[in-house]
Amino acid sequence: MLEVKDLHVTVEGSEILKGLNLTVNPGEVHALMGPNGAGKSTLSAVIAGKDGYEVTSGEVLFEGKNLLEMEIEERALAGILLGFQYPVEIPGVKNIYLLKAALNAQRVARGEEEIPAPEFMKLVREQLSFMKMDGSFLQRAVNEGFSGGEKKRNEILQMLVLQPKLAMLDEIDSGLDIDAMKVVAEGINSLRNADRAILMVTHYQRLLEHIVPDRVHVLVDGRIVKSGDKNLAHELEARGYEWVLEESAA
Amino acid sequence: MASQEMEELVSREYTQGFVTDIESDTVPPGLDESTIAFISNKKGEPEWMLEWRLEAYRQWLTMTTPSWAHLDYPPIDYQAISYYSAPKKDEDRPQSLDEVDPKLLETYEKLGIPLHERAALAGVAVDAVFDSVSVTTTFKDKLAEAGVIFCSISEAIREYPELVRQYLGSVVPQGDNYFAALNSAVFTDGSFVYVPEGVECPMELSTYFRINAANTGQFERTLIVCDKRAQVSYLEGCTAPQRDENQLHAAVVELVALEDANIKYSTVQNWYPGDENGKGGIYNFVTKRGDCRGDRSKISWTQVETGSAITWKYPSCMLRGKDSVGEFYSVAVTNGRQQADTGTKMIHIGEGTRSTIISKGIAAGRSDQAYRGLVKVGPRAKNARNFTQCDSLLIGDRCGAHTFPYQEIGNNSATVEHEATTSKIGEDQLFYCKARGISEEDAVNMIVNGFCKDVFQELPMEFAVEAEALLNVTLEGAVG
Repeated sequence: MLEVKDLHVTVEGSEILKGLNLTVNPGEVHALMGPNGAGKSTLSAVIAGKDGYEVTSGEVLFEGKNLLEMEIEERALAGILLGFQYPVEIPGVKNIYLLKAALNAQRVARGEEEIPAPEFMKLVREQLSFMKMDGSFLQRAVNEGFSGGEKKRNEILQMLVLQPKLAMLDEIDSGLDIDAMKVVAEGINSLRNADRAILMVTHYQRLLEHIVPDRVHVLVDGRIVKSGDKNLAHELEARGYEWVLEESAA
Repeated sequence: MASQEMEELVSREYTQGFVTDIESDTVPPGLDESTIAFISNKKGEPEWMLEWRLEAYRQWLTMTTPSWAHLDYPPIDYQAISYYSAPKKDEDRPQSLDEVDPKLLETYEKLGIPLHERAALAGVAVDAVFDSVSVTTTFKDKLAEAGVIFCSISEAIREYPELVRQYLGSVVPQGDNYFAALNSAVFTDGSFVYVPEGVECPMELSTYFRINAANTGQFERTLIVCDKRAQVSYLEGCTAPQRDENQLHAAVVELVALEDANIKYSTVQNWYPGDENGKGGIYNFVTKRGDCRGDRSKISWTQVETGSAITWKYPSCMLRGKDSVGEFYSVAVTNGRQQADTGTKMIHIGEGTRSTIISKGIAAGRSDQAYRGLVKVGPRAKNARNFTQCDSLLIGDRCGAHTFPYQEIGNNSATVEHEATTSKIGEDQLFYCKARGISEEDAVNMIVNGFCKDVFQELPMEFAVEAEALLNVTLEGAVG
């Protein structure tokens, strides 16, 4: 589904990704781990199309299409959704309005009719209760005055409504207490199916206890230096990143 | 977003630029006492009215253009302007919409204002001003039943001379400022509203103004008087066709609220802003002032300003009555080369007077805008309160926003609060929306409308919808 080949990315003149390779197939959950500043968030930002990241070489294919030539919204409409580490506040814009606009943009792009209001409300209410959020969330301005946990839950709510092919979650566990973590993890687990891929960027093993990944990658200094199954995450938790560095240097 | 893409969005052309081909009865350009006599005569005015105009003209001759505003434009040649223009069929005015020139109705259609439908469906009485003469007035009977007078100012001068004489110029005197003096001398039309004691006006009153004769200044004069315990909501909206000459527009609006009266005045202004170099747009120099003359009276101004090359406008409230209330809610959008210097004045004179100012400025392209607001608390205004919030949103990096808040507090018991923010339209906000599949244009619209929500919710329902649509159109061509 997603193929990243020898990707080099520069941010404000300094190279952050230095030849990154990654293949993600439908149905798989990948966890991307690594020390601070390794380039984890850069990868998801480049895939989503954020400005300010210069791809100097390499390619990113999504379902065989060259992602790097697509506009941000085209990528989203193709089925890539990024859950933000720090979701931005949009004063005055109701959550429900953003959700509906996003869902309808998808439907229109697929040549479908816009969703009828009752159907939309039913869909949203179901997912809302799944995420243990009450109806007032819909009427509040997007992320405005939300607690850290509320913001993250809201990101997952959007995923549940928009049903992406590739869900990318950037440090979705940061700033969550254990209860909120469980709710968020349940939300993410419910997204798992044979056609969908999930790419999680995280610091901590903690999240991976709730969402068991198929593949774990260690990103160090702009490259994936080691990949493995869920056991690799346990090993990282126990031994830190040093040994991976030494191993890769050897 | 890259500022280049923003530029492209911003450079789209004004969509309401078209000209209706109706023959006009226009005087040659120039202004002297004989021009004023011509206008007065054309309108069938009594002698006192002509005298009043001439007094204003003589004062105007001694005055100079104000130069304090944060605006830049070449001097205006007042002798190059034609001061009277009226549709030819003045003598036999249409009695119903069926008799109205179909071309005029077409114009309304293009503006998205199917007059008959709107009026019938929304229950709005429309006194449509086309150039300088009221073409049609609807729902007169229903208003008459309630005792509400709603007619053109010219008609009011002929039919209700006592009322007009009592209130005209009592809020904005002839010599108040340069443009008000000019207006007092040459105004050709506008609206008059009188709501008698205890009457709640049964419908929202609406006037659509539209400038349509090349090189003709339009000088409306609006006077709204709300007697004791009366209420009225008045809507003013305007658009103009694309022209090459700058068109001067110097309106005066006077509101009078007596004891316990309540006036809500809403404006949506979408005049031609000029081309991408600022050529050909409307100069909008307006004096709007409300007088809360009676105790517990209330005047509320809501404006959505998206058009004009230059806007110079400060809807104000004189809070004279004890516990009277003044409000100002404003959204101003500038784009291209537009310039706007707008804001309000809240003059607290009476005890316990309160005022609220919410101003939202959105600047895009190479436009420049200023919020200029005065909160003045007089020595007798015990326990006066004001809350001011003015927020600016910048789109791109070649526009400017300035805030000039003035406070003159002459009473220690007053509470005056001022909050101001300036922000760039967030790249992060745009990215967030686009990463959810929402197009850049829709995302900008969404963010800007959210920014303006506090003001839009003050607009009457159907106007709010229109304002939002208008903002989106301006943002297509302005913000996006």
